[in-house]
Amino acid sequence: MMTRSFSKPSLSTTPSPSSQFWLTRPFGERATQIFLGVLLAALLLVTVLHTVVPQGSPLHVNAYTVNLFGKYLSYALLAVAVDLVWGYLGILSLGHGAFFAIGGYAMGMYLMRQIGDRGTYGHPELPDFMVFLSWDSLPWYWQGFDMAWFSFAMVLLAPGLLALVFGFLAFRSRVTGVYLSIITQALTFALMLAFFRNEMGFGGNNGLTDFREILGFNLRSNDTRLGLFLATGVALALSYILCRAIVSSKLGRVCVATRDAEARTRFIGYRVERFQLFVFVVSAMIAGLAGALYVPQVGIINPSEFSPLFSIEIVLWVALGGRATLYGAVIGAILVNYAKTIFTGVMPDAWLFALGAMFVLVTVFLPKGVAGLLRKRRRAATSDSAGTQEAIV
Amino acid sequence: MSLLQSLKARDRVFDFMAPDASPVDVRHGPILYMEDVTVSFDGFKAINNLNLTIDDGELRCIIGPNGAGKTTMMDIITGKTRPTEGSVWFGSRHNLLHMNEPEIASLGIGRKFQKPTVFEALSVFENLELAMATDKRILPTLTARMTGEIKDRIDEVLQTIGLVPLRYQPAGILSHGQKQWLEIGMLLMQRPRLLLVDEPVAGMTEQEMERTAELLTGLAGKQSVVVVEHDMGFVRSIARKVTVLHQGSVLAEGSMDQVSSDPNVVEVYLGADDEEAA
Repeated sequence: MMTRSFSKPSLSTTPSPSSQFWLTRPFGERATQIFLGVLLAALLLVTVLHTVVPQGSPLHVNAYTVNLFGKYLSYALLAVAVDLVWGYLGILSLGHGAFFAIGGYAMGMYLMRQIGDRGTYGHPELPDFMVFLSWDSLPWYWQGFDMAWFSFAMVLLAPGLLALVFGFLAFRSRVTGVYLSIITQALTFALMLAFFRNEMGFGGNNGLTDFREILGFNLRSNDTRLGLFLATGVALALSYILCRAIVSSKLGRVCVATRDAEARTRFIGYRVERFQLFVFVVSAMIAGLAGALYVPQVGIINPSEFSPLFSIEIVLWVALGGRATLYGAVIGAILVNYAKTIFTGVMPDAWLFALGAMFVLVTVFLPKGVAGLLRKRRRAATSDSAGTQEAIV
Repeated sequence: MSLLQSLKARDRVFDFMAPDASPVDVRHGPILYMEDVTVSFDGFKAINNLNLTIDDGELRCIIGPNGAGKTTMMDIITGKTRPTEGSVWFGSRHNLLHMNEPEIASLGIGRKFQKPTVFEALSVFENLELAMATDKRILPTLTARMTGEIKDRIDEVLQTIGLVPLRYQPAGILSHGQKQWLEIGMLLMQRPRLLLVDEPVAGMTEQEMERTAELLTGLAGKQSVVVVEHDMGFVRSIARKVTVLHQGSVLAEGSMDQVSSDPNVVEVYLGADDEEAA
């Protein structure tokens, strides 16, 4: 028997499948503990710096920045959704922006109905753009969005349903790889064109905007902004736990098996297309949730969120952060968007070049992304002194 | 035939309409029964009137030159290819032509492919865990827990295939021979009734071959094993009964000595000693 230096147990996060309950299993994992710890600390820190530290102090975090962080967190949530299908299932979705935007539109419709008669035209029921188009009643698909519970359910159900139908057709026909990527791209492009049309009843070109209140809280108040930021953080934490629970379950290992050898997985008796569909739908719902948290923070949702470019950008975040780690996606989304904020402020024209350069550099020097770098350092640390695992992430 | 008999039997009415969840019925001897099977791809008959019977617990070697239809035959049994004509029965109760790939797999037919495909990113242990015969629907898979019973079963198979020291290593680092054994182990996890093994020793060292021979002969008896192999030395070392395929049908069947003295076989296959190496 060959005996290279394989005496150490596997370096993968789960040396051996555990016997715990699947939803609580992630809490036993180091990566999750660190991630949740860092996220919680960041949320607390921003809250304290925003509310306790006085305005004049250089440490004070203003409402604009809180809002910006909230936006980053919703992007991070979206990146986690993409990493779940791309990193673990091997489905490169270039259309996740569509689920994000649909979740966003569901939230936008709720926010529009909350405006009530305070719109420019003062119509008690119809949003401004419908009055402008001289419609005399709400289309059927706008019914119910005056109720928060219904709208929030739609935030998850609408993207989930689209993913269910789309995924059912795609996976049943065993469309995978680059063909699936192209079809998802076409899906989001088609939706973009559709939502641009005024007759669709989603505000056409301008989308939905001029929101005022969410659940009775004024959207322009600083406290609401902080609340939305925290809500996004909590959503990110919960979704992370859910995704982590999925990938560290046996189902997660079936996903990885499918990613690496689909035919083989089918042969050992798994209905691969159903697993793909399940994870795809979960991912779409998380993307929808991300969109719904994004919209009240930026104050607008329009068809440009469906743009294929945006969906490709999401994939770049995940690639930069590191695939199949989940926390890598979060790091990537925050890093790239932070860089984007800086660059578009200083040199707006150079942003796309900078993004391209970042992508090339990371691909060449860090093929496993930023998360790969963290892992490598951790591995080096653990092999130097076996006992000091807590050294680095 | 069995359908006609079941129609004649008056104690039960139409038992072919009963659900097919019944255990594999091998009371009549054969576990696999292929009759007059023909497969044609655009007029080319890859399988031509093939008749093959495998007994329960038997170790059977199938040999034949390239293009004899060995792989296509495996494809038919596992449901990957549908024959144009003929019938394929598993035991005397299950018509394999009415079932899809996962159904056939869960019935207890395991197939080892020519090229070893294991899940490289997962550990040896996890590879075996996934292959285990259990409820493979989504929710049971999501909520599955590792129990002592499952662990014991995996350990037992690890022992059989001799990979205990490598259990927590990613399967990607295994040598070629070890991957082949892991794949056989994955098949064993499903507690198969019938194992289809495609060229198990291709690319193996002499030593690995010996271990594989031990492994396969040890398995026969508990389950039926069908081995497709090119390596004559290996076939001779394990085979009790050999079937020679040629141009999609059975050319000869019997012990290795009988078969190798059959003039037809000598002509198409064994005689071409200098080509055999290819």
